[in-house]
Order: sequence, then structure tokens, then C-alpha cells
Amino acid sequence: MIRWADERLGSSKWSRSAMRKIFPDHWSFLLGEIALFTFVILLLTGIFLTFFFRPDQSDVVYLGPYAPLHGHTVSAAFASVLKLSFEVKLGLLMRQMHHWAALVFVAAIVVHMSRVFFTGAFRRPREVNWLVGINLIILALLMGFTGYSLPDDLLSGIGLRIANAIVLSIPFIGPRAAFLVFGGEFPTHDIISRLFVLHVMLIPWILMGLIGLHLAILYAQKHTQFRGPGKTENNVVGKAFFPYQVLKSTGLMILTGAVIALLGGLVQINPVWSYGPYDPSLATVPSQPDWYMGWLEGTIRMFPAFEPTIFGVTIPTSLLVPAVILPGIVFTVLAMWPWIERRITGDTAEHNLLDTPRDAPLRTAFGVAGLTFMTIYMLAGGNDVFASMFNINVEAMTWAFRVSFFVLPPLAGYVAYRMANELNDTGKHPFRPSKGIVLKRNPEGGFE
Amino acid sequence: MKANSRLVVVSFAISMLASLGWIVVYIIDAGLLWEGITLGLALGGLGFGIVLWADRLLDAPEESEERHSLASTPEQNEAFEETLGEGVGAVSRRKILGGTLAGAAGLFGAALVAPLFSLGPGPNGQLRTTKWYKGARLVNYDGKPVKPTDLPTESIITVFPEGNVESGDSQAVLIRVDPQDLALPTDRMSWTQQGCIVYSKVCTHAGCPVSLYRSDSAQLVCPCHQSTFDVLTGANVVFGPAGRPLPQLPLALDNEGYLIAQGDFPGTVGPSYWDIHHSEGSSS
Repeated sequence: MIRWADERLGSSKWSRSAMRKIFPDHWSFLLGEIALFTFVILLLTGIFLTFFFRPDQSDVVYLGPYAPLHGHTVSAAFASVLKLSFEVKLGLLMRQMHHWAALVFVAAIVVHMSRVFFTGAFRRPREVNWLVGINLIILALLMGFTGYSLPDDLLSGIGLRIANAIVLSIPFIGPRAAFLVFGGEFPTHDIISRLFVLHVMLIPWILMGLIGLHLAILYAQKHTQFRGPGKTENNVVGKAFFPYQVLKSTGLMILTGAVIALLGGLVQINPVWSYGPYDPSLATVPSQPDWYMGWLEGTIRMFPAFEPTIFGVTIPTSLLVPAVILPGIVFTVLAMWPWIERRITGDTAEHNLLDTPRDAPLRTAFGVAGLTFMTIYMLAGGNDVFASMFNINVEAMTWAFRVSFFVLPPLAGYVAYRMANELNDTGKHPFRPSKGIVLKRNPEGGFE
Repeated sequence: MKANSRLVVVSFAISMLASLGWIVVYIIDAGLLWEGITLGLALGGLGFGIVLWADRLLDAPEESEERHSLASTPEQNEAFEETLGEGVGAVSRRKILGGTLAGAAGLFGAALVAPLFSLGPGPNGQLRTTKWYKGARLVNYDGKPVKPTDLPTESIITVFPEGNVESGDSQAVLIRVDPQDLALPTDRMSWTQQGCIVYSKVCTHAGCPVSLYRSDSAQLVCPCHQSTFDVLTGANVVFGPAGRPLPQLPLALDNEGYLIAQGDFPGTVGPSYWDIHHSEGSSS
């Protein structure tokens, strides 16, 4: 069998070198793998869901077992989600696993990306793979949005309504573009079937292609490693792909599946039946999107009313800036970061050894400030929830967040910068107790 | 070593039992909770066992592998540039052919934009109009017309033009207040009837239905982004990101005493766009 394949494909040579390939071991290198594994779970559960979901917005009368909606007119899409949830065996488990896997997918990407950022793994020669990664996270967000908009429920309908307004706000092309995307004036009957094609065909194909590229580049360039005994810029120290890494990664993939299965079975998520079908004149209160869209929700809530008309052109800045320009800036700066950092440090050398956050205080400060920024935005997306939780009015809450935007990120960045320098000066580990000062006797008889 | 291998075996055994359990759960239809638990254990036992096996029992030595730069040698690069240059030169020597090829390819690319425009009609002023018309009765969700006297003060209901209960951009809120409290621009006082005042329900920020009402301060609040509109002074924005007041619907009474519209909203409802303030003419 091996001979047979090798004579035709030359597979033995290549397979052996792949099996002998060394991968360094560190827990933080598994974060990207978790993203990959959740993607596999998303594909498997997603295929199951497509067998039952109907991307169809025509009206039907719901006659299924969910009593509160019995006899109500709902869209065929919404009815198919109810059928999937209440009548198809394992349907609800698959739906909830799919949704949970999506949340974990984006979370794993964000944490993996943070690991790559704070360890400087994006530096030469890995700038191209960093760019591929930026595209992957944008596609993941698009997958999330197109996915949770499909059930045609009240919460996701509001999300589409807002998306429509965001497209409308783009100068000159906005109204035309909104009519093209939605197939007419909102609300239309075309949008779910369009999102469905994007969600199950167009975006996943691009995503799979880019994941393949991401891994191929990683394979060719070999993984980075932390500094340590025997580790240099010109070697990789770790364990062989086969059998160790194959076994461990397979086990980890199955474990990821176990966690998602338990979440899907035990923790309710997106109960669309309790939101009800979409009706443009109704809203859920409060209404928050999935967590990874929260930062956009926050920017939109916080931006003050400002809508100037200049030379007859009205600019709805309170949507355009927070929902179009700001994310544009965020992703551009992220994509350009390898070059921005090179401009600052002048470091153009190849790096296969990773930094720890303290090794590059400025980068760490910028990263911490950026994460703080995004976290505040995300929390601001729940300003009404916090307001009622703490029993203060939502205006005060909003102002608190508006002030925090400007104060907390620079402050957090400054603290991170000082901490990095402090750790460099003292040589301590941030989480381990100090071992005291090590004195060494040198050959001349003195101490150092 | 012994303890670890025993743990791996136990782990796989749990997985096997859970897989059988999952089938039983499926057959007796034991519900979501048990589906999740058995699947979680089946996968968890399997995954945990494998990871433990790899980590504790597999004698995988730490090894070192050399890392070579992927870069080609200068000679290889030169050879590549030469080959590339020759090929490009062979094609670009024929300037006229190249020029027309670029033109043909470019124009064809531009022509490919055409199918995009099949995706939807142009706005054609649709954003500026709603289903309200002169004499349209205000009806509630059930399609029933409303009389001012049916409504207690400080009440708020959602109304539509008769025959268009589901129309997305025609939805409006009817609030009844004490007429003494109203402080509208004088020309708009005649748009109210016995303290009844109607505004578009589509938020001028992002289009959500403005469905919350604070009766103590007579403010309408959008649940999405908390834009707040003052009912008594003409739905001016008092807080939040909305950039325009909610348009007000001019009201009248028909001879049976039901509320009717004097016409469509005088301003555009819903979120703003670049030529929203152009007086007439089609939008982009």
C-alpha cells in the first residue's frame, strides 16, 4: 500500500519529513489550534443544520408544538428553526453547539491573535501570515453576523435593521448600496436567502482557503519558539509531529468538542422562540448582539448626535464614524502593525525567537491600551443593562463610558509600560514569587 | 506510569459507556440535557485519554531541528528576474496588441459590474415616502381605528395607516398628553387632536422601533441605542446618538370622530443618508 502510493505520488519521502517535523510545545501555541477545532465543529454541526433550515421569508402559520406561538403567522425560516429546535431529534443540541462553537471560535481567534501580538510573532518573516490572520478574523466576524441573522427572529431582525442603517449612512452610495444588499427598501423578503448563501457557501469557502494558506505558511516557515536553553534563531526545539503532536492535537480537538457539547446541552443560547419572529415595529429590551459584535454596538451607542449637512451632503456621523470609519481604522492599524512597529524600532531582522511582553514595553503598552479600548466599547454596548443593574440612569452610565474611552486606555497602556520596564529592571516573574537575589562567585573570587 | 495507563483506560471506558448512553438517550428521547451530557462525556473521555496518553505515556523525546531561511540564493533570484523579464519583454514588445488587450480586459471587467445592479431596485425616492396619505385612518395592531376619547392620557400605542398594519416605515406612536403641556412650534399645534400627537416610530438614528416611553418626563426612548426624544416639544433629541427629531404626523378627525392623517409625514422617516435634506428629486 505504501509502495503503491509512493510509486505513483512519491508520498513516502514527503510523509516521512512531515512526520519528523518538530513543533515547539507551549500552552499558548494551542490557542490557534482551538480556533481551528471549533471551526471543524462549526462545519459539522452547520452541515446538520442546513438539512433543516429554510432560507425563506414567506409567511406560514406556525402549527408546531411550541404553544405560545401556535397559530401565529411567522416566516418559513423562523418556523424551520422552531421545528429544528423542538421536533428534530438532536436538533436543538446541534443548534446550541453551533452557536456556542461560534462564540468560542471568535474568542479563540482573538486570544490567539493577542498571543501572536504580545510575543512579536508577527515580525519578519511572518508579516504575510499576520495579514492572512487579520483577514481570517474579519471573515469570522462576518460568519458570525450572517449566521445569527438567519433565524429571522426579533433580536436578529433588529441587528439587520441597524446594518441597513449603517449601509445607508455611507455618503453618496449609501441608499443605492442598501437597496442592492437588501433587495429593496427595508424590510425586504430577500435578505435571509442572501445571507444564507453568504453564510454556508461564499464566506466558508474563502475562510477554508485562507485557513489552508495560514497553515501552509506556518508549515513552511516553521513555528516560533520562546527563548530557552538550546533554542536559537536557527533551530526549532520541540517534539515530533508524529506520533506525539498528532495524538495530542487530536485529543485536544475531541476535548474541545466535549466542552462545546456540554455547553450546547447544559447552557441555553439564543432562544429565538422567546424573542419571537421579527416584526419591524417591535424590539426586545434589552437587545445585545453576540459578544464579538459588542464593541461595534458600544461605539454606536456612545457616539454623540452629530449630523452636519455640508454643501447639501448630510453626513450621519453618529453611524458612519462608529460603525464604518472606526472599525476601518482598527483593522487597518492591526494589519499595518508589523510595519508600524518596524518604523518605530527600526528592527528589520528576522525573528524566530519570541519576545515576552516585557521585552517590548512599547508594543505591550499599545496592545494593552488597544484591548482596554475594545473592552470598554464592548461593555458600553450593554450600558442599559448595567444602568438597570446598578440602578443608575442610562445617561449617567453613557457619560461614564464616554469619559472612560479617553481616560482608561492611555492609563492602562502607561501602567503596562511601567510594569514591563519594572520587570526588566528587577528580573522578576510577574506571577511567581521572587527567588531572591542570586549571587554567583566568579573565577576572580568576586560576586556578581 | 501504571497509574497513568490505568487512568487512560478508565477514560476510554467512560467514553465507551457514554457513547452507548447517547444512543439510549436518542432512542428514549431523554432530552437536550442528557444528549449534551452523554455526548460531552463520550468526547471528553476519548479526548482526555488521548491527551494523557500523548503527554504521560508516549516516550516522545525533545528534539531539535535546523531552521533554514526560505529565501532563494542571489543567483536563483537573478535567474528568476531574468526569466520573468524575458517573458514580459516578449509580450510587451507588441505595444498595440498589449494596449488593446488591456483595454479589452479592463472594459470587460467594468462590464461585470452590471449583474450587481440586478440585486435590487434604485431607491427612487422610496425612502422619502411612507404608506400614510390624506384621510388615512389610524389603526392599531388589530386594525381597529382609534378615537381620542378611547385613550387615557399618558398612554402610548403603536398605529399604522389603515390597511397597512405591517408596513415597516409607516409605523408610528400615538401618545395622548394633556394639551396644556404641549409646547410645539405654533404651526404644528394644529397637527394634534385633543392632546393626541403622533410621531414616526422608526428611530432617526439606526431605524429601531422607538418603543419605550417615560411618562413622567414625556420622553420616547429607543431601546437599541438610547436615543431620547422629547414628546412635548416636537420629538427633539435630548440624549443619545440620533441626529434628527422624529417626524410628526399631521392629525385630523373624520366625521365619525376617528383620528385620520392630514397626509404623509412632512419629513423623511428613519435613519439619515447623504441626500436626505434635498427638497425633491430622486435619491442617488
